[in-house]
Amino acid sequence: MGLFLLKRLATLVGTLIGASVIVFLVLEILPGNAAQMLMGPDASPDAVAALATKLGLDQPAWTRYWHWIGGILTGNLGDSYAYGSPVLDLILERLALTVPLAVLAMTFTTVLALVVGVTAAARHNKMGDVGLMGMTQVGIAIPNFWFAILLILVFSVKLQWFSAGGFDGWGEGVLGGVKSLLLPALSLAVVQAAILARITRSAVLEVMREDFVRTARAKGVSQRAVLWLHVLRNAMIPVITVMGMQFSELLAGTIVIENVFYLPGLGRLIFQAISNRDLVVVRNCVMLLAALVVIVNFVVDVLYAVIDPRIKASDI
Amino acid sequence: MPLLEVNDLRIGLQTQRGPAEAVRGISFSLERGETLGIVGESGCGKSITVMSLMGLLPSTAKVGGSIRLDGQELVGLPEKAMCQIRGNRIGMIFQEPMTALNPVHTIARQVGEPLRLHRGLSKTEARKEALGLLERVGIPDAASRLDAYPHQFSGGQRQRIGIAMALACGPDLLIADEPTTALDVTIQKQVLDLIQSLVAEMGMALILISHDLGVIANSVQRMLVMYGGSMVEAGPTKAVFAERAHPYTRGLFAARPVLGAPRTGRLATIRGSVPELVDLPRGCAFAGRCAFTAEACYTTKPPLAMKPSGHAVRCLRLEEIAAQSAVPA
Amino acid sequence: MNTIVAPAVPSAAALSVPGFWRRARHHRSFVIGAVLALLLLLAALVSFVWTPWSPYEMDMANKMQAPSAAHWLGTDAFGRDVASLLLVGARASILVGVIAVGIGLVVGTALGLLAAARRGWVEEAIMRFADFSLAFPAILSAIMMTAVFGAGIVNAIVAIGIYNIPTFARITRASANAIWSREYIAAARACGKGSFSITMQHVLPNISAVLIVQITIRFAIAILAEAALSYLGLGTQPPQPSWGRMLSEAQTLMFQQPLLAVFPGMAIALAVLGLNLLGDGLRDLLDPRLARAR
Repeated sequence: MGLFLLKRLATLVGTLIGASVIVFLVLEILPGNAAQMLMGPDASPDAVAALATKLGLDQPAWTRYWHWIGGILTGNLGDSYAYGSPVLDLILERLALTVPLAVLAMTFTTVLALVVGVTAAARHNKMGDVGLMGMTQVGIAIPNFWFAILLILVFSVKLQWFSAGGFDGWGEGVLGGVKSLLLPALSLAVVQAAILARITRSAVLEVMREDFVRTARAKGVSQRAVLWLHVLRNAMIPVITVMGMQFSELLAGTIVIENVFYLPGLGRLIFQAISNRDLVVVRNCVMLLAALVVIVNFVVDVLYAVIDPRIKASDI
Repeated sequence: MPLLEVNDLRIGLQTQRGPAEAVRGISFSLERGETLGIVGESGCGKSITVMSLMGLLPSTAKVGGSIRLDGQELVGLPEKAMCQIRGNRIGMIFQEPMTALNPVHTIARQVGEPLRLHRGLSKTEARKEALGLLERVGIPDAASRLDAYPHQFSGGQRQRIGIAMALACGPDLLIADEPTTALDVTIQKQVLDLIQSLVAEMGMALILISHDLGVIANSVQRMLVMYGGSMVEAGPTKAVFAERAHPYTRGLFAARPVLGAPRTGRLATIRGSVPELVDLPRGCAFAGRCAFTAEACYTTKPPLAMKPSGHAVRCLRLEEIAAQSAVPA
Repeated sequence: MNTIVAPAVPSAAALSVPGFWRRARHHRSFVIGAVLALLLLLAALVSFVWTPWSPYEMDMANKMQAPSAAHWLGTDAFGRDVASLLLVGARASILVGVIAVGIGLVVGTALGLLAAARRGWVEEAIMRFADFSLAFPAILSAIMMTAVFGAGIVNAIVAIGIYNIPTFARITRASANAIWSREYIAAARACGKGSFSITMQHVLPNISAVLIVQITIRFAIAILAEAALSYLGLGTQPPQPSWGRMLSEAQTLMFQQPLLAVFPGMAIALAVLGLNLLGDGLRDLLDPRLARAR
């Protein structure tokens, strides 16, 4: 297991480095001089040039890249053009909302998808299966921000159980914070859960056809126990693969959903920074997203090995 | 009372081309400790017959007739009761050892599972019992390999593990569905010997399915030849081997390659091929392929003709065939 | 790596089998999907000729009305007829779908066919590029592109379309590889046929069924993406009606007229649902294993 982990870690670091180069380069080619944007169209060229020097924009790309990487390693990500405050603080502040939101959403997704997927597979070709799969078809078709609005309509406007948006912070207590994140997490979760439920169902059906399921039943294990104890773990490999892919969808979804609920999270920060041409923030946030995706892929790979003992053995 | 009594067992399956009768009225019985072999080509219904004993047929299958285990009727038994019989009073070994075990569970867990299920043993107790069983089936170094996974064992060893699992609760009846077909020839004999010694030691009844006459010859007291879902010949192994009353049985024996035969001769085959289930003739299933087919064979189901010493044959033209040809050595 | 593509490549020959339409009529998903997709198309086409009211005409006296005989789905914050807005909004959705998918289809398929025909480092390079593009969340790239190059339907289409390229490239390459390994291709090469003609005459027709299914799926995704971008203000700009933007306007009026938020979302959901069902139905119907059985 040790060697396996080491190899995977090495790939992780390599990919992160590659991603940082790509992110930097992509943002380099964006048109629009950042200094120009900040000063406005009426500013004098000298003022713009002065600001450009102050922001270090006149240095060669190579230097700026290393400056940035060095900054990441020392914890200094530079200052935001728009807010003037250190980017690191900004990001950490926003993460305090987005990370719990993502975790909550992922939990809902997983639980919903597993329950629906396994139940549908158990009732294969009967009414339960058809009904549940019909629901997932609808789930996939619904835009997540529309579902969010519908949730607000029902639970905030009609029932008044939740507020229609906003986040008070964790200072008031964990429960209050979670309450603000409940509807957003649900809107993120429903569409993902629909997709994952379908994958789960077909994975379970595939595994149920395997020989060892027949052996288990021949030992006297009941149909239900076979499903949950024998089949599920074997079906998890494709399920976890998709969950890993969905994580980046989830992060992207926060950009829209945080806008719907006026949540001061990372997604909203990215959106505003892009609109403001706040390159420093954009660069670091995009790098953070890329890093999160790469890390999640790493975790998924490790999980494969945990779930399926054959993978450690045949690893190259 | 016999341990197992199967009476006029009929099984209907849903095939791609509509419903078909896979098993057409099989009857046999088995005493405690008795061994029975079932022989036949692929698709003749041998596996389906034993699956029905376990109650493991697809949900679309229709079962008629009676299966009694120690007097208890198994046909129509509710699933919960059936679960208590499987792995407990009837154990089963399957053909493909490479895929028969769950790849993500340790063998200790898999062998211990029936013990925990039917005997209510705790995890540690089941583990101890599993160790004993694995040693009994001849897994080398079993103590250190309890937490190993199936992929770490060879095919022969996996089949032994399968045997250990099937025997864990000391069942009255062991069903072995082609247990050695997928194994190397050198391993086949070892596994067969293991099954036989365990069966004798534990006083179990055995139903052994095979398409290999050589396997049947030395392993079972009685045998049953199946074709097209019907039993065509049954009786003590020695008697069937000696007489080969039914044309199909005769064809089976003739088709075996013989060591030392001249190389220039062609292998004998049974003319034609096994028809699909929906296409089997209403009368004798072998009608058409049989060299002795008469008009009546297509429409009339041959009655069971009993010969001395419990040897039974289903054939309309029994006497004529016996008179016509002497059995080759 | 990616094992979700089925090894059995559906054959376009299944389309020409006369039994296809007979089977299609009985396939639930296909029928529902086709009906919904046709409704979408119809809405857009009809909007060119007739709408109950003009979608641009404001009527402040009658703003935020509930559905009535005069305004079948009510009116919005400016008194514009919601039904008419929906009909015209269908145009934006279809336009985005057609062009964005078209870009992905043409460029992506070409790249995929190239990769399968050339193999070697060309294939590696194309696939690495595709993998990397797909690792990035689509909506993020689309937002960046529209924010930087300017909001508007054209840029939205390009942003979404660019994203379809790696998807189509991957699918095309996987299916094309399966075809290339078949024996009649080896026979064609032995006759001296070049890669280009083999690709055009043998590979492309045989993967067309896979592509058709992908087209419906990506069309649905394009509609969702356009709606999200418009919701954020980065897609179709006023006064051109767009379902996504209607939702963002409706959100500010949730307490006054909740129904405004329901209808545009339903339109999006029904359009996407229809296309997904159509895609699923086509995938089942064009499956070579089923085609041979009848």
